[in-house]
Amino acid sequence: MTGILSLAIWTPIVLGIILLLVQDKLSTTLTYRLGNLFGFISFLVTLPLYIYFDKGFSGFQFQEIYPWINHFSINYHLGLDGISLPLVLLTSFISWLVIFISSNSIERAIGFYISAFLILSGLMIGVFLALDAILYYVFWEAMLIPMFLLIGIWGGPNRVYATIKFFLYTVLGSLLMLVAFIYLYNQTASFAILDFYTKPLSLNIQVLIFLAFFMAFAVKIPMWPVHTWLPDAHVEAPTGGSVILAAIMLKLGGYSFIRFAMPISPDALIFLKPFLIGLSLIAIVYIAFVAIVQTDMKKLIAYSSISHMGFVTLGLFILNPLGFEGGYVQMISHGFISAALFFAIGVLYDRMHSRNISDYKGVINSMPIFGSFFVLFAMANSGLPGTSGFVGEFLVILGAMQDHFWIAFFASLTLIFGATYSLWLVKRIIFGEVKNKKIAALKDLNGKEFFVMSVLALMTLAIGIYPALITDITNQSSQMMLGLIQQSKIL
Amino acid sequence: MTLSTLLTIAVPEIIILIAAMSVLLLGVFYKNTTSLFGITQLTLLIAAYFTAQLPIDVKLTAFNEMFIADSLSMFLKLLSYFALSLMLIYSRSFLQSRNLHNGEFYALTLFALLGINLIISSYHLLSLYMGLELLSLSLYTLVAFDRNRPEATEAAMKYFVLGAVASGFLLYGFSMLYGITGSLQITEISSRLADASINPVVLSFALVFVVVGIAFKFGAAPFQLWVPDVYQGSATPITMFIGSVPKFASVAMLIRLLFQGLDHMVLDWQAMLLIMAIVSMLFGNITAIAQTKIKRLLAYSAISHVGFMFLGLATGTITGIASALMYIAAYVLMTLASFGLIIHLSNQGKELDQIADLSGLGKQKPWCAFLLLLIFLSLAGIPPTIGFYAKFSIIQATIQFGWVWPAVIAVMSALIGIFYYLRIIKVAYFDEPGKNLNQISKSSNNELSVTLSINTLSLLIIGLFPSSLMDIATLTSALIF
Repeated sequence: MTGILSLAIWTPIVLGIILLLVQDKLSTTLTYRLGNLFGFISFLVTLPLYIYFDKGFSGFQFQEIYPWINHFSINYHLGLDGISLPLVLLTSFISWLVIFISSNSIERAIGFYISAFLILSGLMIGVFLALDAILYYVFWEAMLIPMFLLIGIWGGPNRVYATIKFFLYTVLGSLLMLVAFIYLYNQTASFAILDFYTKPLSLNIQVLIFLAFFMAFAVKIPMWPVHTWLPDAHVEAPTGGSVILAAIMLKLGGYSFIRFAMPISPDALIFLKPFLIGLSLIAIVYIAFVAIVQTDMKKLIAYSSISHMGFVTLGLFILNPLGFEGGYVQMISHGFISAALFFAIGVLYDRMHSRNISDYKGVINSMPIFGSFFVLFAMANSGLPGTSGFVGEFLVILGAMQDHFWIAFFASLTLIFGATYSLWLVKRIIFGEVKNKKIAALKDLNGKEFFVMSVLALMTLAIGIYPALITDITNQSSQMMLGLIQQSKIL
Repeated sequence: MTLSTLLTIAVPEIIILIAAMSVLLLGVFYKNTTSLFGITQLTLLIAAYFTAQLPIDVKLTAFNEMFIADSLSMFLKLLSYFALSLMLIYSRSFLQSRNLHNGEFYALTLFALLGINLIISSYHLLSLYMGLELLSLSLYTLVAFDRNRPEATEAAMKYFVLGAVASGFLLYGFSMLYGITGSLQITEISSRLADASINPVVLSFALVFVVVGIAFKFGAAPFQLWVPDVYQGSATPITMFIGSVPKFASVAMLIRLLFQGLDHMVLDWQAMLLIMAIVSMLFGNITAIAQTKIKRLLAYSAISHVGFMFLGLATGTITGIASALMYIAAYVLMTLASFGLIIHLSNQGKELDQIADLSGLGKQKPWCAFLLLLIFLSLAGIPPTIGFYAKFSIIQATIQFGWVWPAVIAVMSALIGIFYYLRIIKVAYFDEPGKNLNQISKSSNNELSVTLSINTLSLLIIGLFPSSLMDIATLTSALIF
């Protein structure tokens, strides 16, 4: 079975490059069809990872290791465990959906657009699979380039500001992470992540390393107060860019906390726990308030993402199994729900060319199917039982309760605020009298849009009703990770 | 040692000297400049062949230990030939279209190369100074080459005055070294400095003068004043030349003088290099933000790259030298590509001057824009390009030496760098096409665009597989001592 990980990474990248080269010679429709096929192939090649995955094994599976840069003992080292598998599948699946629906909204240079997404998806899968710090870093940074171009070329009026801000914020953190990696290399003479796990370090060093990682990952997730790039990037990005940003890129931060920051510097984590939980609670409560007052739909969902990611970080940093599991499920669930919400906004934007909430009213009268989906996803976003949004939040609150009552209290406030901004958004857009003729003339979902919405709805409900779909996969690996985190590394 | 062994060691230099003089003569009588181009390229090839014949793991000296052939000289000379050959390919059509393509150009570049080779191989302060002056005089003339343009003359004047001052500093330092050690030969200086009876005041003066002279030649802050003006004023191929090949000579000069000659003073020059490294990185990167002209921007970026090299060298370790060698190879490759792109986008009517002239490149010339993307991402140090591994090895050497905070300052200054490199990519990809680009470069020159494409793609390919370049740099630096 060796080789399937490389296949999952390189198939989309190679297909993306092929598409880039042939797009000049093809018509727009043909380019789209070919790109769609490539996207679907890229999704299919990740399925064997799920089929052959051994759920009872906590370590890394399908490992591939080849020497890459001998001089610094850097290897091309890939491996898959329960933490990375759901995220890899999420990435390839959402990337395909984004490509599938691109023909609706992208008018110019669609070949370039689709190939950017293909390459991006390969690089993101690379981040999830890399077990060598430098390999990981290369994927992590290279990923910024297609996203930079996607926002900058197909984005809204203020796109240049947004994309440069996005790039610089991310690079700021990751450069410090690079310094941390090199420091660890000089301690262990290896860039293998598994060697970093076992290296004992003093508390001072651990705190510095943790902060370096924190700068990289907190920006990516994003945590308050380094979240300010996200609303800008989301608002300016094209629909597909927003979907990928919310559904996958934010998860890279959460994944990297689990993979790097937590097991490499566990004592620093306990030392900084109050600080980290404080930041998470601020994100949950304060950002939810910020979301309530937004007048732009995309911005509202962007802030709601930050608030939900606050739940993820709270779950991870509360340092008990319930919280950890909850934070993880929340990441996956948010991947589907936020993707669906951004798709839904894209559907409206393609028809009305406005994202202002005040331009809409009574959409359900002309778009009943769309309205039903929108209500479902808004409910899921606010954590309705039966949807995936509930599982994650509930587990995190339970975990927080084990730790301290007041943490759980503040965390659970989000159930109220989340419902407030989600349902109020529904009320203002979907329900009410039809505002004007333009809304009365709106066409309901077309076939493609219906397909995307219904698979996402299906996934949201499936995880909500049967969360073991995710937790069965992650169980063994997350226990191992928690074991690593609870072990002191001080000499 | 017989005459024939002496000659074997210096045979590349002798060939270059003969070729330079022949080209000078031929240029007077013979107006077919294309064949002069061919002769120069052939000379480089032959010189490379003979340089590569020398053993890498033995230090051979000749002419009373004035001249040395070792791993460092082989590495830097081969890179110089390669870079010069690329630079000549880039510049040919540019010079032809501006009536500057004549025999003197090739003669001067060959003399400059001879100077570079002499510096790289010198093991004696006199031969080093001789090489330096040969190089500098050729460069002053090359800058003033386009004599009808006032900017070029002005740049040459500035370069000459400041360069002469720098040479003066260096010479003053040399004379003091001679005064206290009684020798001009580098190993002898090193062994006599071990003696405790040396007057420390004179020695520290000598060291300061030598370091200042080197920093001037490198263009490291705070001795960077000539860099932007010379970059801006010279014709683009000349700027490309100044920004690339002589850097190999500078790094050789630094290693020979500081690591081999003044190795007992390592703690003193280490601090100076570290300070200059940090100042250069920050000054170069911050000042570059405000630039609107692309050549000026590249000049300030050059200052910051020199800062990175100094940071690696300041560690005073073999790993540090290896990282600096890796960096300079990568940097020269990137410089050639970036100026090659400027040449490619310029034509006789309108030179590519302002950054804003690049607007709309992504729509009009997607391939050119893609090359621009790769070049500037590589200069910014974003993986998977060669620029990343260059910065990576410098930071690795710095942290290995125990300097974590200088490494943090370095990456923060790299972040500032990323900002202005991104701005160029932004102009090329996101801005609406301006009027300028339509005038620029309607004629497509195949030779130029193929070279540019290969040069630029090599930034990516070496970036994906940097192992062999790193191994060579490490081997070279391990064999120096």
